[in-house]
Amino acid sequence: MSRKRYIQAINEALFEEMERDENVILIGEDVELAIFGDARGLYERFGRNRIRNTPICEATLTGMALGATAAGYHVILHMMFANFVYTGFDAIANQIAKMRLMTGGQIEIPITFIAGYGGGGSNAAQHSDSAHPVLMNLGGINVAMPSNSADAKGLLKTAIRSRNPCFFLEASARGGQMGEVPDGEHLVPFGKAAIARAGTDVSIVTVGSTVRTCLDAAQTLAEAGIEAEVIDLRTVVPLDEDAVLASIARTGRLVVVDESRDRCGAGSYIAAIAADKGFKSLKAPVKRVNIPNVAIPYAPGAEAEVLPSVEKIVAAVNQIGARRRAA
Amino acid sequence: MNVAQASKLQSGAEAMPDKGTCLNLYSRMLLIRRAEECLARLSQEGKFPGAVHLYIGQEAVAVGVCSTLEARDWITSTHRGHGHFLAKGGELKSMYAEIWGRADGICRGMGGSMHVADFSKGILGANGIVGGGFAIATGAAFGAKLRADGRVAVCFFGDGAANQGVFMESMNVSSAWELPTIFVCENNGLSEFTVSSTVTGGALVDRARAFMPTTIVDGNDVLAVRAATEKAVARARSGKGPSYIECITYRIRGHLEAEEAFLAGGKYRTAPEIAAWQTPERDPVSRFESFLGRQGMADAAVLSAIQQEVADSVEKAVAHAEAGEPADTKLAYSLMFAGQEA
Repeated sequence: MSRKRYIQAINEALFEEMERDENVILIGEDVELAIFGDARGLYERFGRNRIRNTPICEATLTGMALGATAAGYHVILHMMFANFVYTGFDAIANQIAKMRLMTGGQIEIPITFIAGYGGGGSNAAQHSDSAHPVLMNLGGINVAMPSNSADAKGLLKTAIRSRNPCFFLEASARGGQMGEVPDGEHLVPFGKAAIARAGTDVSIVTVGSTVRTCLDAAQTLAEAGIEAEVIDLRTVVPLDEDAVLASIARTGRLVVVDESRDRCGAGSYIAAIAADKGFKSLKAPVKRVNIPNVAIPYAPGAEAEVLPSVEKIVAAVNQIGARRRAA
Repeated sequence: MNVAQASKLQSGAEAMPDKGTCLNLYSRMLLIRRAEECLARLSQEGKFPGAVHLYIGQEAVAVGVCSTLEARDWITSTHRGHGHFLAKGGELKSMYAEIWGRADGICRGMGGSMHVADFSKGILGANGIVGGGFAIATGAAFGAKLRADGRVAVCFFGDGAANQGVFMESMNVSSAWELPTIFVCENNGLSEFTVSSTVTGGALVDRARAFMPTTIVDGNDVLAVRAATEKAVARARSGKGPSYIECITYRIRGHLEAEEAFLAGGKYRTAPEIAAWQTPERDPVSRFESFLGRQGMADAAVLSAIQQEVADSVEKAVAHAEAGEPADTKLAYSLMFAGQEA
């Protein structure tokens, strides 16, 4: 184990996978200078044929990633901010997510998209979205959302070795967060949630940027005598439903925490699964802590108002009457 | 461009290919024509489930372009993609089976007419999104450039698609990085049910001229299309970058079959306008047939043998499609991802 920042772990994964496979190339806006830090040093090591700045034209870049697979490349397309998923959406939604089905399985589509997401930095509405709900709704795209350094490295390496299109969403606010990363080869499989903290009284199911917030909330709850179990989904496509259902079977209560808007958001989807398949385990209504149906405001106070927080999570847990179990 | 203007474009006859090549051009155009006439008829009879967008009248473009390509080269196609598919070597039987929604269709019944694709032959798919092929062709060309393997990517698109923003973006990338992308604009004057000139500013060729060498050819003259493409392919293979070829042509059938149902009595063009492009001098198939006769390359017996062969393949393909098993109804679940259930 060694301690590394979240963004360093991502950088390490990129280095290792590009060393391993010469068909992996990384393109995107400003990647040569590694504006986000995640691509640092790659240009110097691999050169312009494998690391390349592109014009600012997401609608074309996403389609090009697909075209380049025909020449045997695995393109890592760095899209900067998750909001730019929308500008590049046609090829993502209409081509990449559908091409394997439409061709009767003639092709595999190894593409990894990287994009930073989430609020907390006064980046305002067009640079703070979490685009995972729209991606989840497409069907043919995997979506990985690491919460810590070890998973950041392990999930990205899995994405780059995968034969399927995958979005690797970096929690923008977590880039500097330190964490232990296993030494040597480290891969984290898709669709396997982690129990970030074990508990008996309430399940808090979350992913990516809000896992840290949930762990902090669990600490606060523990001080009040409530043992919360925090489930880190790691990937939302595929989604580890079994882990969610097993957790609520243990606790009987569920709070879903997710940094996406409430309407048709990831948290709302998970709440629906719990209501459908975990109904017998539930002793109280499922609560959702997510983003109201608004754009993310700029001013720090106004932004904090709409983001999930320790206080909101604790309040939600208290609302559904989670109590320490009688001994 | 109207018929009179198109007729003034230079003939391709100066760059005469040999007799064998010419007969192949003819038989491939005729195959597309007959295959689509058959689809028009059977569509009306309700023999297959979805809509078809027919290519009749534009055969010289697909055939002229693809006759210059190698098997390893790529094409991206459009919603009007049967002609491109067949011209690049796609199999008629498996295309028909696809349109019929059969298990042995080229896409196992999962794509249908608008998505016929055969990646093993470099056919990166017909595409239901107007302009959907620009970026895909550019990406494939980028791959070829990185590998320096001399492959080229041809993007077929219409004048309607040229009003999509990705047209400019893809030309920009192709030009900036000298990619082997060949932009083939099939200018048939129509954007679905709208006359293109009413929604288009300036000349399309001027858009391309900002980025790369351009040429405008009579798209109903297979030899002219072929000659222009040969130049573009040579330039692309030698690493010099993209080209733009605008083929002036005309769509004889509606935007899709049975368009009358959508038009509900409305019109976007006149019968005389259509007829002007169907004369023996304008129609790409019949004019090339006369040309072969005049050149002494094919007498009535040779032509009739080709016609018979084409008719037989269409007939066999229909029988094959009719007899096919329906597509696997559960296949979608396993096809969304490689090695992963949806």
